[in-house]
Amino acid sequence: MTSLKKLLLGEQGLVVIFAVAFAIVALTVPNFLTERNMLGLLQSVVTIGIVACTMMFCLASRDFDLSVGSTVAFSGMVAVMASNASGSILIGLAAALLCGGFVGLVNGVVIAHFRINALITTLATMQIVRGFALIASDGRAVGINDPSFYQLALSKFLGIPTPIWVMGFFFLVFGFVLNRTVFGKNTLAIGGNPEASRLAGVNVSNMRIWIFALQGLVCAVAGVLLASRITSGQPNAATGLELSVISACVLGGVSLAGGRAAMTGVIVGVLIMGIAENVMNLLNIQAFYQYVVRGLILLLAVLLDNLRSAAAGRRG
Amino acid sequence: MQDFLEFQSISKGYPGVQALSDISFSVAKGAVHGLMGENGAGKSTLIRLLSGDQAADEGEIRIEGEAQGYRSVRDAFRAGVIVIHQELQLVPELTVAENLWLGHFPGKGGVIDRRQLLRVVGEKLAEIGIDVDPSAKIASLSIGERQMVEIAKAVMLDARVIALDEPTSSLSSRESEILFALIERLRSNGTVILYVSHRLDEIFRLCDSLTVLRDGKLAAHHPDISKVTRDQIIAEMVGREISNIWGWRSRDLGAERLRVEAICGPKLKTPLSFSVRRGEILGFFGLIGAGRSEMTRLVYGADRRHQGTVAIDGTTVPADNPPQSIRAGMVLCPEDRKFDGIVQGRSIEENMAISSRRHFSPFGILNLKKEAELADRFIAKLRVRTPSRKQDIINLSGGNQQKVILGRWLSEQGVKVLIIDEPTRGIDVGAKSEIYEILYELAAEGMAIVVISSELPEVMGITDRILVMCQGRIAADIARADFDERRILAAALPDVPTEQVQPS
Repeated sequence: MTSLKKLLLGEQGLVVIFAVAFAIVALTVPNFLTERNMLGLLQSVVTIGIVACTMMFCLASRDFDLSVGSTVAFSGMVAVMASNASGSILIGLAAALLCGGFVGLVNGVVIAHFRINALITTLATMQIVRGFALIASDGRAVGINDPSFYQLALSKFLGIPTPIWVMGFFFLVFGFVLNRTVFGKNTLAIGGNPEASRLAGVNVSNMRIWIFALQGLVCAVAGVLLASRITSGQPNAATGLELSVISACVLGGVSLAGGRAAMTGVIVGVLIMGIAENVMNLLNIQAFYQYVVRGLILLLAVLLDNLRSAAAGRRG
Repeated sequence: MQDFLEFQSISKGYPGVQALSDISFSVAKGAVHGLMGENGAGKSTLIRLLSGDQAADEGEIRIEGEAQGYRSVRDAFRAGVIVIHQELQLVPELTVAENLWLGHFPGKGGVIDRRQLLRVVGEKLAEIGIDVDPSAKIASLSIGERQMVEIAKAVMLDARVIALDEPTSSLSSRESEILFALIERLRSNGTVILYVSHRLDEIFRLCDSLTVLRDGKLAAHHPDISKVTRDQIIAEMVGREISNIWGWRSRDLGAERLRVEAICGPKLKTPLSFSVRRGEILGFFGLIGAGRSEMTRLVYGADRRHQGTVAIDGTTVPADNPPQSIRAGMVLCPEDRKFDGIVQGRSIEENMAISSRRHFSPFGILNLKKEAELADRFIAKLRVRTPSRKQDIINLSGGNQQKVILGRWLSEQGVKVLIIDEPTRGIDVGAKSEIYEILYELAAEGMAIVVISSELPEVMGITDRILVMCQGRIAADIARADFDERRILAAALPDVPTEQVQPS
């Protein structure tokens, strides 16, 4: 193997590709490497980034969650409606977290206890929850009454908007959870071999319920931040989010067959998705082309991943 | 006789391991050639090179003097070389005939001529002497029958060389007999058979010649097997003499430790009861399908029990939950290591710590230093052969994987009952003795050990008492003083006269 090939197909291959792509874009695309644009870019990936943290756990344990987009919209809606009704933003936030967590819990219980395929279960809840969001709002956007709700997304700390801090915090926390806790290791073990993990004393059903419940909670956080940014609860917000999030995870080297995941990979995956979109915006490329480009990036990532496992297989 | 299949100076390395170095030997036409060696000796690697799955770093494989530079399994097929792996490679939902034709169906324009398919396959199976219905689905066949189908597939592809990797490891003695007869017929057709096995009696019975590998090197090549002895081969395999591989010695037995009372479940209808004392090694013997593994899973709580109780030291263990069983001090080393034992893709370290880490992970946060210490300690204690604790468990040989799973349980605290299903399946002689030694030590410390095995010599060699299972029932309870091969087999096989039975 040439050293270039080794570099690209090695553990850090994706990071290398990302760094190179970033450098090229920074040098060639005007206005890319400005503070304003960088913050805008990071703002634009907050929802994907936050949800990808727990999607990584879902995928690593051989599961799947398609209901994330609907849960984000629904919990954002709940946050707005509950804080409007009660006059308290805290009550709104609590209600959103409760609803998000509940959706996740239902997913988890149905999947783990009734042994229904995660794809089908979350496909169902995806539609049910989206339906709830539409019913609750009668299909219209619900405006935020209390302007301090906007502050969630608008406030800054050290010049950086709060949602970006939240995303960074989640990256740190879930990176730690994956690598340094029993929960993370058990997640990877379940993905590697569920039956062996069960016989080795891992409570597989409980783990799966927790993973989905956590996913729901995290979706609620993303939903609240999104509602704050768009200054309303939108029943049609975050459509197609599930696919972007799964794409970002797969880009980041999370195996759909379970058992393999890394937080750095997911972060890079999220950033690649964000940069592609950002660059196309800066270059005034029509939005329609963005779908094609996103699809191509995903295909290339999977191809790269395949080459990488083949290389690893030859080595070991 | 002329040399038909030749291995010439074959070398193959993986990172950290030189799996094969400079292996050269040849096999005559129409010979059944045995390939033996401890796990990790390089047999699997050699077979993998032969199958075309991987390429050698150096050296070449020749057939009839012609170098085979093939680079894929398909190329190997074309060259007439077929390897039949331990994990059979048939499509369960297709019929026997469809499986045999998979890849080259007869018929026009993609439309399969079903009748032709069945007729040709029927004729072929009859010709080879395999009694299997061509229209049966693979899923409905026993493991033994599936293996026959694999061999039939090889014959239909005009295989010149067939390699069998541990073919009898999951066969009953009756199925093995059928396999042996088939091998004899293939031999008389001039097919070269490379027979990989750990079972010396099979090697002596079937093989004309033998190669022994040790640590990736050629330990011995015997062109005529009648000139070697059993002890010599064992010595060549392990590099030292093993006089008594069982090494059983008597122990003091204490009070009753495990009590199983009238358990039954979905696959085990008749209630079963037994008990094991402190320090006792209890053996379960029975043929495939006798219900041993089902019983094991019920006791451990891996499957839901319909009724019955399991108690350890007088305390009842909750019914259907492995984590609870582990907390109560009962652990299981499962029969099928690949599917139920190891977590592939994860390191040795993680595989060992998967259960015991809860004792030293405050608030669920890992203590990586402790995990590393623990892994290193048990790698050393159990003599796991690996370059590092970070190695993916999938890269280890069967014996070493078994040791890692034992390590997983030895690192637990307060284990009182160890259930070990097929402790040495697919494991070589040297590692076998090591595993038996570990079991004796644990028993001497007061653990109650339940060994399930389909190898009669093993059960008789290492246990203090044997319960024979037959058709989901306990057919006999025999103490060590009364161990008798015929008596045990008679209990295991109700419908077959004992005179016709060969011990496996």
